[in-house]
Amino acid sequence: MSAAGPAGLGTLRRPHRWIEHLWSATIWLAMGFFLLNVAGVIAVVTVSSFASRWLGTWLPAGLTMRWYATAWREFSLNYVLIATGQITVLVVAISILIGVPAAYALARRDFALKRAVMLLFLLPLMVPPISYGIPLATVLYQSTLGGTMWGVVLANLVPTVPFVVLVMMPFIEQIDPRLESAARVLGAGTGRIFIHILAPLLAPGILAAALLVTVRTLSMFELTFLTSGPDSQTLVVALYYSIFAGGVRASQSIDAMAVMYMVNTLFFLVVALRFVNPTQLVTRVKEQPRAD
Amino acid sequence: MAGSVAKSTVWIAGQNAGVDRTVLLVVPGVLFVILLFIYPFLYGLGLSFTPKEGGFAANYAKFFSTPYLSQTIWTTLSLAIPATVINVGFALPLAFHLRHASRPQRIISGLLVVPITLGTVLVAEGLLTYLGPQGWFNRALIEFGLINTPVKLTHNYWGVLMSLVVTGFPFDFLLILSYITGIDPALAQAAATLGAGPIQRFRQIYLPLLAPGLAVVFCLAFVLSFSVFPSAILLGNPASSTRVITIAAYQAAYEDYDYSLASAIAMIMCAVQLVIVAVVLSIRGLFYRGPAGGAKG
Amino acid sequence: MQDSKSPLSDRLSAPAGAGSSFGELRLDGVSRSFGSAVALAGLTMTVRRGEFVTLLGHSGCGKTTALNCVAGLLPLTSGTVWLDDRRIDVLRPEERGFGMVFQNYALFPHMTVRRNTGFGLAMRRLPRDEIRRRVGEVLDLVKLSAHADKLPGQLSGGQQQRVAIARAIVVQPPLVLMDEPLSNLDASLRLEMRTELKRIHRELGRSTIYVTHDQDEALSLSDRIVMLQDGRVQQIATPEDIYARPATIDVARFMGYRNLFELDVASVDGDWANVAGKGIALRGLRRGEIGRRAVVAIRPNDLVLDGGSEGGIVGRVEIVEYCGREYIVDLITDAGTMLQARSAQRVAPGDVLRCHASADRVLIYPVASGAA
Repeated sequence: MSAAGPAGLGTLRRPHRWIEHLWSATIWLAMGFFLLNVAGVIAVVTVSSFASRWLGTWLPAGLTMRWYATAWREFSLNYVLIATGQITVLVVAISILIGVPAAYALARRDFALKRAVMLLFLLPLMVPPISYGIPLATVLYQSTLGGTMWGVVLANLVPTVPFVVLVMMPFIEQIDPRLESAARVLGAGTGRIFIHILAPLLAPGILAAALLVTVRTLSMFELTFLTSGPDSQTLVVALYYSIFAGGVRASQSIDAMAVMYMVNTLFFLVVALRFVNPTQLVTRVKEQPRAD
Repeated sequence: MAGSVAKSTVWIAGQNAGVDRTVLLVVPGVLFVILLFIYPFLYGLGLSFTPKEGGFAANYAKFFSTPYLSQTIWTTLSLAIPATVINVGFALPLAFHLRHASRPQRIISGLLVVPITLGTVLVAEGLLTYLGPQGWFNRALIEFGLINTPVKLTHNYWGVLMSLVVTGFPFDFLLILSYITGIDPALAQAAATLGAGPIQRFRQIYLPLLAPGLAVVFCLAFVLSFSVFPSAILLGNPASSTRVITIAAYQAAYEDYDYSLASAIAMIMCAVQLVIVAVVLSIRGLFYRGPAGGAKG
Repeated sequence: MQDSKSPLSDRLSAPAGAGSSFGELRLDGVSRSFGSAVALAGLTMTVRRGEFVTLLGHSGCGKTTALNCVAGLLPLTSGTVWLDDRRIDVLRPEERGFGMVFQNYALFPHMTVRRNTGFGLAMRRLPRDEIRRRVGEVLDLVKLSAHADKLPGQLSGGQQQRVAIARAIVVQPPLVLMDEPLSNLDASLRLEMRTELKRIHRELGRSTIYVTHDQDEALSLSDRIVMLQDGRVQQIATPEDIYARPATIDVARFMGYRNLFELDVASVDGDWANVAGKGIALRGLRRGEIGRRAVVAIRPNDLVLDGGSEGGIVGRVEIVEYCGREYIVDLITDAGTMLQARSAQRVAPGDVLRCHASADRVLIYPVASGAA
């Protein structure tokens, strides 16, 4: 606790550097431990999907590809994948079509109910899907959409439309509105402004939003689970049912399906991460403090 | 400054033209959310007060008078609160340590997105094997001589808690990281030149500026944990120790086809979440809430 | 230390603690690289007690890097920093006890002006009464006593600037570091704060290192200026010297010698040289060893359109700008050299006129250092 530097007035305490090193080491160990376990969870699924027989040992007795064929057959994965693809494409397309114009209006204009509208778009992202999923499913079933592909698409759109709005808003805000004014002064009409000015500038943002929506739709369990019927399951819901049924099938074929799900989701995630920062996947909620 | 000027000019131009058609672009989105979020919610609320039998509040009375149902609140809280505390408690120091933009920060953020993206179902499937009696986790513990016989970590409370940590911690980490990186690093540098050591910089500068954000993170983390569903079924003991409130709601709707009771349970779930969020946010009100950038913002 | 007129500044500048023993700060070969990019290459300089030294240069010249190295916010790649005979580059910023004013002020947004200002004193564990008294005094000095209980967000830019200065000087640091403190202010406020900085420095006499890219600020505030370019020192000199006698052609260009052109060397005698070519004949001060060719540097201000009849430079008027009191005139010579000169009378584009510069305002540099 002696005077350290030439402190001017009074004295400054010298920090204990070894404590900082210890702290730093602890932090890295904790992070390492967590990541190691996550890696273990993913690896165990992957290894199991290739295991011919795996009982009571560190690693399986032998490796095989046959569980993928088994899973494909037993879980009718061709139908599941087609349904998943159709649902995802529809959700992405519709959420972009509805979300981007709304984001544009919110980014460019101040109007009377803007704060209320913002809150309206924030709510479906703040409330967990399972809470509103049950009433939503009830309404969908009463309108005969429940259990159909369109029911699943509509349910998935509930969080993705606001998601697109919140991802695109800051993106549109950073495009100088004077560019549009300039184009207008130079004689371009609304349509041509959109084609020549906005579309090229918005394209990267829309692409990023589309990828993020894809990832979210592929991994959205609760809403799809509550609203889907036998013909409108996505991969993640089919995976849930197969795990739930446990024992009935070999665990390796379930894991083979899980690996297919992982490969699908992670492919789009990796592509998406080329365009967005990892924190952007969760920080949409950062707008929230401003909204209250 | 220049931006807002430009914005208002455009706005005036729009007004002169009569109706500002650009604002109308928001209409489809608003209608959509009202139709598919607000309306079902209100419908559910109404439905919950028109029970299959009994008076208008019969569902709620039934929920709170049937221990099999009302117990689920405590079961859920006993999972959600520890999970939230663990996740936020670990995420804060780790995110703080990695606050400077660097290659490790990018790599770790990228890796942590993976469990979030894969979601609870896949994590549950992985944990079932990983934490199982023959799984790598138990094997490693035995190998290191920490235990003699495998510990039971699946189909009980611990498995579900672990799954909440695996998916919740990365979420909280990334959220907190985004809040911390929003704090101007010059503030901590200024504090350092004035003689503040690392601990004082954290306590006097970062923590007060982070407090509002932390409250939001805590709320979101809690709400996420409170709505635990697939992992409570797959990885827990859904008949007793991990019979969480979502399971009760699901069973009412999809096994008993009592949508009215299911809606009531969903409403109770939202109410509990709201209460906790309100408590946390009112604590937050005690802290500084302005911008966390430089004083100029 | 200066004679203090008021008892207030007397108390604030009263030497206390280790600060009083400070004689000079010495940088010895201080270098900093970011990856393979060298931001600062071997800066060697001394700041004497009470001196106001400015690091001047374009953005990216390494001046802020140098300041951060002194503050301890950036570790050095090589070199040492000494405060008298104590080596301080191994210390952390919180151990150095310097005062620093940041470019965006870095005021703590959640603390009142009073707590912001007293932060350094609180870190030094001074008694509460003592902190209150000293903060009160320094807020008087920067004329902010009325705003002591406001948050920084409620203050204007100039007031925030004053808080930042108060916070840095209240701990009586042996050295005050300022990183472009005026760059966020509008033009008139910048002039006002410049005077204010000068006043505070005169009253307290704290050794200061000041970073700026604005030559007017550097000239008006500094005792000495360190001119940096591409991480290297170009010249260390008083403002007068650096203005009138830039060491290199680059410094000259930065200091506003806009007329730069290459000519043949006719003769050299001592410090003087005669150059000629392109229909121009000039006599000027020699800066460095020159060969057969040399670069001539003249400020537009020193090149006067006087309508004389011989010598000097003849050019055709291209553009005339009135700037109050006199005219700035762009000329082009027969050989195609572009020049800028001043004129007391209005001239018209197309006029062919002669301009002159007195020999001691004409600087002649070697060609090698990268001519215009």
